[in-house]
Amino acid sequence: MSTPMNKLLIAVAAVAFLGVAPPAGAAEAPEVPEQDWSFSGMFGTFERGALRRGLQVYREVCASCHSLSLIAFRNLGDVGFSPDEIQAIAEEYEVEDGPDDEGEMFMRPAKASDRFVPPFANEQAARASNNGALPPDLSLMIKARKNGANYLYGLLIGYVEEAPEDVEMMEGMYYNKVFPGHQIAMAPPLFEEAVEYADGTEATLDQEAHDVVTFLAWAAQPELEERKRLGVKVLLFLIVLTAMLYAVKRKIWSDVH
Amino acid sequence: MEAKTWKNPVIAWIDDRLPVFSMMQAELVDYPTPKNLNYWWNFGSLAGIVLVIMIATGIMLAMQYTAHVDYAFESVERIMRDVNYGWLLRYLHTNGGSMFFIVVYIHFFRGMYYGSYRAPRELLWIIGVFILLAMMATSFMGYVLPWGQMSFWGATVITNLFSAIPLVGEAIVTWLWGGFSVDNPTLNRFFALHYLLPFIIFALVFVHLWALHVKKSNNPLGIDVKGPQDTLPFTPYYTIKDTFGLGVFMIVYLAFVFFAPDFFGEPDNYIKANPMQTPPHIVPEWYFLPYYAILRAITFDIWFVSAKLIGVILMFASILILLFLPWLDRSPVRSAKFRPIYKQLFWVFFADCIILGVVGGNAPEGAWVPIGQAATFYYFAHFLIIIPLLGKFEKTRTPPTSISAAVTHGGIGTKVKEAAE
Repeated sequence: MSTPMNKLLIAVAAVAFLGVAPPAGAAEAPEVPEQDWSFSGMFGTFERGALRRGLQVYREVCASCHSLSLIAFRNLGDVGFSPDEIQAIAEEYEVEDGPDDEGEMFMRPAKASDRFVPPFANEQAARASNNGALPPDLSLMIKARKNGANYLYGLLIGYVEEAPEDVEMMEGMYYNKVFPGHQIAMAPPLFEEAVEYADGTEATLDQEAHDVVTFLAWAAQPELEERKRLGVKVLLFLIVLTAMLYAVKRKIWSDVH
Repeated sequence: MEAKTWKNPVIAWIDDRLPVFSMMQAELVDYPTPKNLNYWWNFGSLAGIVLVIMIATGIMLAMQYTAHVDYAFESVERIMRDVNYGWLLRYLHTNGGSMFFIVVYIHFFRGMYYGSYRAPRELLWIIGVFILLAMMATSFMGYVLPWGQMSFWGATVITNLFSAIPLVGEAIVTWLWGGFSVDNPTLNRFFALHYLLPFIIFALVFVHLWALHVKKSNNPLGIDVKGPQDTLPFTPYYTIKDTFGLGVFMIVYLAFVFFAPDFFGEPDNYIKANPMQTPPHIVPEWYFLPYYAILRAITFDIWFVSAKLIGVILMFASILILLFLPWLDRSPVRSAKFRPIYKQLFWVFFADCIILGVVGGNAPEGAWVPIGQAATFYYFAHFLIIIPLLGKFEKTRTPPTSISAAVTHGGIGTKVKEAAE
């Protein structure tokens, strides 16, 4: 079987060569800084401290423009928030409920089963408050971009005050090293001391970006820890089973070879 | 089928009236299988198992999914977040789709390398091509169901292809959509058909197996079975070999499911469909990229035929041409083992398919255009020029007289030449 395998390798190498030599005119891919994330790798988990700090960054900074519509307050229980803490966070929000017995809609404090309350009533209201731009929902942001965690981290720390001289900036846009096209409608959201961390961690720009990305990575894939834990067990089982199947196969075929 | 007496009276009673047990004995246990099959022959049974996994996970997903443009995206996220092990079901299903194509493509390339499509297995091969076509329709419609950006725009691009048909094209597209754009009626019918087609595939697989069991398996030497000395009973020899192969496959498959579940997916499909916003690059799933490259290869009109129509015709022709392969190939031997030139050109063809895939994944600009055109030309030249010419002019080596003769001369494949001489 060695000859076909070699041919296969040659074919793959040829493709790889084509892959690394993109023809002229291919869209320029901005450099994204590769970070070490607590949730990457086979045994990755979300660092609990970063999650809590990231939630704080989301609520105090991002949430003024970006919704998180797929996450319910109760979901925070999966990553170590106690029922009392969840209740306390939920009660800071008001949600519309109803109709009541008189047929009226009414406002009440949010419950653990409610989802994070969006900052704007609808898309038009969001655009009206944001210079015509629509701040996207962040629930799936990490999965909705290539290399999502590194990309978002790069975007958050990638603002440059002065655009390069040859770039003509459009009205109300900000220059960002990582954003496709480099002109982004979102003002730099994070900076030194943008939040005062409840756990006393120093709120550098880097720290804030790192924490909020960890939080959003959890929001996009809350099943990640369970998935990886189960995956390790399943693969270990399969490897042992398959090795035994191979032994049985050898035994059965021994009278043929 | 040899009548067998069953000791168990219940089984004997049933078998006398409906010989299911005799049939299972004949087709799954005693079934004579060439003794020299290599591991490339595992992929047929693997494809069948993947089909069953897809149907099982799919039915369970359908119990939780809502086929409506306002709820489809959220209902998929509900499966991912709130349904018990919903994330596992969905990742098994999405990655299962990619695995299905990997397995089936290997199955096809194996058939092409060892000449399994040659007489007397032409019909077996043709049924296989129809299975591939049904799989493509199924996976295309399945990809639309999560109603992400790629779902919507992929559906828009592909259904729009039919508008290239002269005169009736536009009407056909409106009929396919059930409206004037991809919208709720489109999503609903795609869901209905996505649920229906796998059962049609299942029926086709049954016919495929039926045809297989009439003419039996080809083998790496591509020579006919001469007698019982050339074969082994399917059970236990190939049941254990297939089961071991299944173990290896499951390790690969589940490694993706648990550790890189979005590896084969497009990030854009985690953005809800927005008819007002076109993504910068609309790309189909990876297994369609070679055909997508062929579709876009033609950038010029020929006489009164538009470039778009030629592209569409070539894309469908790239698969339908497989139906004629049994008659395009006139070589005196089946297996590439005894065809020194075809053996090389097979891998060139394989590389050409990969290149087409890479071209399909890139925007059609710059050097990708001529590369795509050259690769498309070569794809068709392989079938229409190279294979017929090789059949005529290639100096083939003489295969051994029988499978057992080759096997007893110390290992399959390595000493085949000696055995032949």
